[in-house]
Amino acid sequence: MTEQEHPIVPYRTFVVVWLLLLLLTAVTVAVSRVHLGPLNIWAALGIASVKSALVIFFFMHLKYEKLRAFGIFLLVALLILAIFIGFTFFDVLYR
Amino acid sequence: MSAPEHRDYTGAKLGMWLFLFTELILFGGLFILYAVYLHRYPGEFAAAAQELNLGLGAANTVILLTGSLLVALSVSAVRRGGRRATQLLLWGGVVTGLLFLLNKYIEWSAEIGHGIYPDSPILNQKPPGEIIFFGLYYVTLGLHGLHVLIGTVLLAVMALYTATGVVHRDDFVKLENSGLYWHLVDLVWIFIFPLYYLLL
Repeated sequence: MTEQEHPIVPYRTFVVVWLLLLLLTAVTVAVSRVHLGPLNIWAALGIASVKSALVIFFFMHLKYEKLRAFGIFLLVALLILAIFIGFTFFDVLYR
Repeated sequence: MSAPEHRDYTGAKLGMWLFLFTELILFGGLFILYAVYLHRYPGEFAAAAQELNLGLGAANTVILLTGSLLVALSVSAVRRGGRRATQLLLWGGVVTGLLFLLNKYIEWSAEIGHGIYPDSPILNQKPPGEIIFFGLYYVTLGLHGLHVLIGTVLLAVMALYTATGVVHRDDFVKLENSGLYWHLVDLVWIFIFPLYYLLL
């Protein structure tokens, strides 16, 4: 049973990740107050993706899981979501 | 005569992740609607987003991130055998959930007080893009709020499980899976916050 478990994550790692998340929140608010046109939405989504990666890899322990299936499943789920969004826009953009 | 207890942590966690993927598709559907209508009504979406309370939205972002931190710490704490620390961290997580819901209550009370709610006479006089924005706002954030409520209850149950010894350093997968759910709630908010509150 023990070999299935990932190592205990040090408290300090989580606190550092939390500080980074707060910093990125401040950055996303600051960037959103500057008019960049369509770039605003892409900046917001980009920063949100980085924040999500921090939550998934550290808080949700994906970085520490020994079984590859966790990462592969997540990639497949995100791919399906991307196809879902992509195909919707093929329709919406060219109708 | 007792048979050795069978535990499959990897299976339990993979099962939880699979459930979380269904949540991803659930919220994904709402985000697709958002994206399509943002494309159709960019100006009206921006005008409607200006009316949201940025201060409360930002406060709730910090609250949820902090709640996620406390719950992530609690999983490390339980594995180190810190039973009391685990309970304190989990009750801290419960407090963040309740604070989030309190802010949401204040926010929605003000908005509904201004006559902005689905099918309200005031909202129905606005341009179609703004009506759609507020419709999606109430559905998406309402569904997310429901998840916060469920997550808060789960954390309270885990705190009680830790107190009664159901969850302990050698058997903590219930806590870890509840934590995964709580982090998903945080993940969804990470996208809701810029898309609804920060739109220009």
